Amino acid sequence: MIAEIGAFAAALALVLSLAQGAMGLTASHRDSRAAATAAMAQAAAALCVLAFACLIAVFVQSDFSVAVVAANSHVDKPLMYKIAGAWGNHEGSMLLWCTVSALFGAILASTRGGQSLGLWSRSVGVQGLVTAGALIYTLFMSPPFARLDPAPMMGAGLNPLLQDPALVAHPPLLYLGYVGLSVPFSLAIAALIEGKADQAWARALRPWTLAAWTFLTVGIGVGSYWAYYELGWGGWWFWDPVENASFMPWLVAAALVHSAIVTERRGSLAGWTILLAIMGFGLAILGTFLVRSGVLTSVHAFAVDPTRGIAMLALLLIAMGAGFGLYAWRAPKLAQPSGFAAVSRESMLVWNNFGLAVAAGVVLIGTLYPLIVEAAGGGLISVGPPFFNSTVAPLIGVLFLLLPLGPMLTWRVGDMRAALLRLAPAAALAVATLLGALALSGWRVAPAIGLALGVWLIAGGLIYLWVRLQRGEGRFGAKLALLPLAVWSMSLAHVGAGVLTVGAIAETAFRSERAAEMAPGDGVDFAGWRVTLLDVVGAEGPNYSANRANFRIERRGAAFPLSAERRFYPTSPMPTTEVGIRSGLDGDLYLALGDAVRDRPGAWSVRLYHNPLVHLIFIGALMMAAGGVLSLIALARRRRMKL
Amino acid sequence: MRRRDQRLMTIAAAGAVLVLAATLTFVGLRDSVTFFVAPSELAEKAQAGQRVRLGGLVVEGTLRRDSDGAMRFAVTDGAAQVDVRYAGLLPDLFREGQGVVAEGVWTPGGAFEAERVLAKHDETYMPREVAEAIKERGEWKGQ
Repeated sequence: MIAEIGAFAAALALVLSLAQGAMGLTASHRDSRAAATAAMAQAAAALCVLAFACLIAVFVQSDFSVAVVAANSHVDKPLMYKIAGAWGNHEGSMLLWCTVSALFGAILASTRGGQSLGLWSRSVGVQGLVTAGALIYTLFMSPPFARLDPAPMMGAGLNPLLQDPALVAHPPLLYLGYVGLSVPFSLAIAALIEGKADQAWARALRPWTLAAWTFLTVGIGVGSYWAYYELGWGGWWFWDPVENASFMPWLVAAALVHSAIVTERRGSLAGWTILLAIMGFGLAILGTFLVRSGVLTSVHAFAVDPTRGIAMLALLLIAMGAGFGLYAWRAPKLAQPSGFAAVSRESMLVWNNFGLAVAAGVVLIGTLYPLIVEAAGGGLISVGPPFFNSTVAPLIGVLFLLLPLGPMLTWRVGDMRAALLRLAPAAALAVATLLGALALSGWRVAPAIGLALGVWLIAGGLIYLWVRLQRGEGRFGAKLALLPLAVWSMSLAHVGAGVLTVGAIAETAFRSERAAEMAPGDGVDFAGWRVTLLDVVGAEGPNYSANRANFRIERRGAAFPLSAERRFYPTSPMPTTEVGIRSGLDGDLYLALGDAVRDRPGAWSVRLYHNPLVHLIFIGALMMAAGGVLSLIALARRRRMKL
Repeated sequence: MRRRDQRLMTIAAAGAVLVLAATLTFVGLRDSVTFFVAPSELAEKAQAGQRVRLGGLVVEGTLRRDSDGAMRFAVTDGAAQVDVRYAGLLPDLFREGQGVVAEGVWTPGGAFEAERVLAKHDETYMPREVAEAIKERGEWKGQ
């Protein structure tokens, strides 16, 4: 019964979203269609939430007559994973996509701000069509509430790799980011239809791009951390197609966050902002397509069903066709006021956008190239980390070299000499880092440059804070308290990018690993640690059994216990690894338990890793996201003050 | 006049970055793309010293450790069998009888020297390339 209510609610939401689209696109001052559009958006969102709640309910009840539940759940699963199981599969995650899109439509409908009626109602209408497209795909291509007859007695269980707290957070965060980019798309289409992209429009656009970018940052960060501790070999980024699928929208969203500032503050770059918004959403759909269609080999590719992939490509073509078509037709009408000099904050932001967009393009080519070659009959190929490291890294490097200059320049016309003088301490620190890293690493040039760039970003971000604190009169403490939130957020995000860079370079270039066969009592010296295996015991979890290895690790006279597990789920033939991690300031000691050694009774294979400064990667990502959140709070405050 | 110079400079710089990016991409795609081959195609498709991805099933009972600590195992697609040597740590999901992709270099007469070994979960998560290679040979046992 619950499943039928869910299916009905979703179908009703589809009808309402279509009506929302029709009304929103035709609304005018003379009638009440605009008000009706908003009401429909809210009703559609409520129905989508109801449908998704029904899906969670059938998962919690373990109703195996529902096909997705039977294929992905099991009565023995802990409650948290039964709930998360609702979005740990193709159908459920698509319903989540629809729900988020409808919810965003409702929020968009209830926050008109200073926008004209036309722009506002058109954008709500386009958002309704986006939701409708996603619902059509979900209900007809991958119905989440389909029944099985006869119902099986027991479900197949969740893939054990997915039974992890990160499953609760990672997919919803990414979807909030992906779908969050649908709102800038809707706003961009509305601007093209109306032939107007003014500063009020950019003001409405900014919080959405910031929110989408922040969600993507946290979502990618959580996924990366999950891969780091779950896959058992300490990898945090693989340039896997599915990771690229989330990285491309992230790059474009980062560009959009910056170009929207220019459009709001100066009224220029409106056309480019619109183009980025369209591309960002296109890449978000492409991301969903790459994850969900299984066209590319990847650790994430679940569904291998070509019809689904083709349907999703069709949606992508419709959205991008409409977007770029409208852009070509209407963009020349958009006015381009206020110019700027080659040395100014605007021009630096243009460079930022250019660099991020080119990087996204390169990642796109590398990700799709295997598909193109295969379609052209060139055989099966793969494009791996060497390609991305040798193309994306230099581009991002150039971008980071310019980054600290941007905040130091003023709008319209900037003073490059003054900016460079202020940044001299940061440059000196970066050069010192470069020389130090070169000497210590035995002249490994690429990692040394990377570390120097990271230090340049961190120092540059801090100098910007310092420079802003010099302005005005009064005591230091008072000025610190009065510093605008926007300054803090920019500084935090840029320093975060530097911290992430240092962590990523240190981990990638200087990690060490070792395999050992250890029997209880055996000790190994590794990366400054003395690691001793105490014993290996059996352990029972709620729906798995495990071998747990207890270690004692010692360094500089201090000893700590650390344990690592190998888990066996009766629903899956493959064991999973729960690693033991000891984090210190210098990085992580990371232990993974392997199999019992065949020809040596009592001995186990153990893998030891030292991942220097790896925590900086995740701290940096969090700092960037925190910068996004602060900026959102700043925008919300300003909005309240205006009203 | 100054304005136009500035604009020209900007366009030239942007063009230079684009050319750089295009060159990097082109060279990268030429040098770091790896072809996928099945064990029976290795001899005809891969030149000695070229980096390829070898995919197939790990033959039961072939996994052993060399005296220098490197792992050895054989990979098959049902038609041919190739000996693989790997000095690193085999991934968690590596199993005899299961799908595997080994990336590395092959020399005629010697073993396939893998630099990276990727394993997937159970048969429903078999690498697509492996499934296709095995299907092509008519050795496919799944659906």
